[in-house]
Amino acid sequence: MKNNLLVSAAPHLHNKESVSKIMWLVVLSLLPVGAAGVFIFGVSAFRVIILATASSIVTEGICQIISRRKVTVLDGSAALTGILLAFNLPAQAPWWLPAAGAIFSIAIGKQIFGGLGQNIFNPALAGRAFLMASWPKYMTAFTAPLNYDAVTSATPLALLKEGHALQNISYLDLFLGRRGGCIGEVCVAALLAGAAFLLLKGYISWHIPLTYISTVGVFSYCFGGRGLFSGDWLFAILSGGLILGAFFMATDYVTSPLTSRGQVVFGIGCGLLTAVIRLWGGYPEGASYAILMMNAATPIIDRYTKNRVYGYTLKAYE
Amino acid sequence: MIKLEEHKDLTVNQGIEKLAAPAKVYLPLSQHLGKICAPLVRAADTVLLAQKIAAAQAHVFSPIHSSVSGRVAAIEDWPHPVLGRCKAIAIENDGLDRTENPCLPAGREKPKTEDEIGRLTPEEIRSLVFEAGVVGMGGASLPSHIKLFPPKPVDTLIINAAECEPYLTCDYRLALEKTKEILLGIGLIKKCLAVKNVIIAIEDNKPAAIKAFEEAFGSRFSVLGSRRKPNTEHREPIEGVVLRSQYPQGGEKQLIKNILGKEVPSGKLPFDVGVVVHNVATVFAIYEAVYLNKPLYERVVTVTGSCLTHPKNLLVRIGTPISELIAACGPLKKEPAKIIIGGPMMGSAQYSLEAPVIKSTGGVVLLDKREAKVQEEEFCIRCGACVRACPAGLEPCLINLASEKEKWTEAKIYRTLDCIECGLCNYVCPAHRPLTQSIKRAKLEVAKGGQAA
Repeated sequence: MKNNLLVSAAPHLHNKESVSKIMWLVVLSLLPVGAAGVFIFGVSAFRVIILATASSIVTEGICQIISRRKVTVLDGSAALTGILLAFNLPAQAPWWLPAAGAIFSIAIGKQIFGGLGQNIFNPALAGRAFLMASWPKYMTAFTAPLNYDAVTSATPLALLKEGHALQNISYLDLFLGRRGGCIGEVCVAALLAGAAFLLLKGYISWHIPLTYISTVGVFSYCFGGRGLFSGDWLFAILSGGLILGAFFMATDYVTSPLTSRGQVVFGIGCGLLTAVIRLWGGYPEGASYAILMMNAATPIIDRYTKNRVYGYTLKAYE
Repeated sequence: MIKLEEHKDLTVNQGIEKLAAPAKVYLPLSQHLGKICAPLVRAADTVLLAQKIAAAQAHVFSPIHSSVSGRVAAIEDWPHPVLGRCKAIAIENDGLDRTENPCLPAGREKPKTEDEIGRLTPEEIRSLVFEAGVVGMGGASLPSHIKLFPPKPVDTLIINAAECEPYLTCDYRLALEKTKEILLGIGLIKKCLAVKNVIIAIEDNKPAAIKAFEEAFGSRFSVLGSRRKPNTEHREPIEGVVLRSQYPQGGEKQLIKNILGKEVPSGKLPFDVGVVVHNVATVFAIYEAVYLNKPLYERVVTVTGSCLTHPKNLLVRIGTPISELIAACGPLKKEPAKIIIGGPMMGSAQYSLEAPVIKSTGGVVLLDKREAKVQEEEFCIRCGACVRACPAGLEPCLINLASEKEKWTEAKIYRTLDCIECGLCNYVCPAHRPLTQSIKRAKLEVAKGGQAA
């Protein structure tokens, strides 16, 4: 036996998980959503997804070269940001819109803080917020579903906001994605399939999505109707970007709380802010801003929702 | 707690085999928690098997005995499985196992009669255990007589046969093959502690050992989680509890919480909640010490790993270099890349095959290149896997960041001192961060700084 034994500190076993494996599996879980988006909005949706993803990866690489850090463009995190950004864009976006969003997401939303794990805000949502503020016209020009000739159509939530009565749109339409909206937010069925995969694999926990969605449901039921307790809670849950946000954006590891208790607080906060923005705010949709605001609250949530350490009574924390 | 890949199948059916005493043994002067021993012999002295060769002047220490008969070759610095290097007494074995102890050597053992045992007072039992150099054999190596002498009265004795470390099966084999002796050992401890309740704790992956105990004490084990409530009322004289095989089920604090439903307050010891926990191998050593006057000079070690053709459970003289153990289980199938003394979660990687078996050595695990591969460390992505895994309820990722920046005050606020060093945070970290290592450092620094940190 050679005497060149490896010496390192315990433990000497590992469960074989890695950051890039997790990232790529989340990308995989988003495949049905992407496929549904392309089916509903046509090839232009595919173009947006590819442009956003490629721009994200290239931007990440350039930033890492400039800052002389290790180039990790293939770890899946930049690709994931690009895909999530594309899912928050309309299919008819001009070619430079996803590119500009991706550059902002990666360069300003992530790399400026120090890269993966260091950012305060969800990079994809930071990119979306940037585009929303800069080019609102392009960001709200939605393609009608299953009509590849690019007829613009407002989202159900926008129609509601403008005081129109909703006609010809059933819960089933909302569930399957026969509605106007962003590429990745319309098909609830595909989103739930991807989310189920992540929940079963244990990559996300139920705490944030469940509390987020149910808070929106309850709040909308209470205050969303003409009187109290008459709101259409199912419509509130199925429409807009809530399902995409709750399962894939709010659960972002980096920008959400560490403990389960913290995640419950975070989910309820996201839910309240989303519902408030939708009902009384200036925008028809509130999920992305709600999550961004709660991202900012994450450090303070973390501070007050620590786990009880073995051997301490709860009194020790007061 | 987490279910790990166990790899126990490699040795689970390997009965305990006696390994011939080597030509030379190396007995480190530190094999216990407490004051390091000073040698009582000099180079060129002749020593007998079981002769006391090192002791200290202190309250907390454990004497060391020769594991062979022969001549002291040297007292020199030698590789130590845990400390790296330590002064050790090297003894050349004359192969005769000459001894003054009438109950020894093995093969012609004459245990004391029940009558003689019955006449022993608790003080006499404690002194026999102390004189035999028995220490906690689960890894912590606290001299065992201390745990027979709790400063406060206790009501419950837990015998830890959980053996939650992957790969290791030495405690399991001992429980299976020496059930009667272990029960006699339990009787001795019970007498010392004057406890009402005795609970044998074992994981559900050891059905044969559970059966052996059930037959020996004639009552069934209860399965944890099935309507058991914490209860200090009268129970069976000896009770068995089957625990789920999860890591670190066998951690002292976890056992107490899972079986009795109470927690050891931070900074306190089990006896503060009226409990004493002894490892099953320690109980066997206590039996040998009292019934045979036999000092702790040999123990069972699991020698295992995919690199070995014949992984085994070996009864080994303390001080045997691990190279002898590996040779006894060979030939090698693959080149080992890492050799661990202890279990793979809490054991120490060795730099030298000259490192000897000491009193707390439960296993020698050989990992091949693929198994031992060290992944590159990445940034923490705050996934919370370590937070969910931590059996102490800590946030290992945050202590790690504080430790790397040497912010000891912060580490203390995150209650780093409550870490039990089980290694699970490291095991689950997808960014391959050396969490456990940095937390251990933070613990040392915080302890050093005391209140000032």
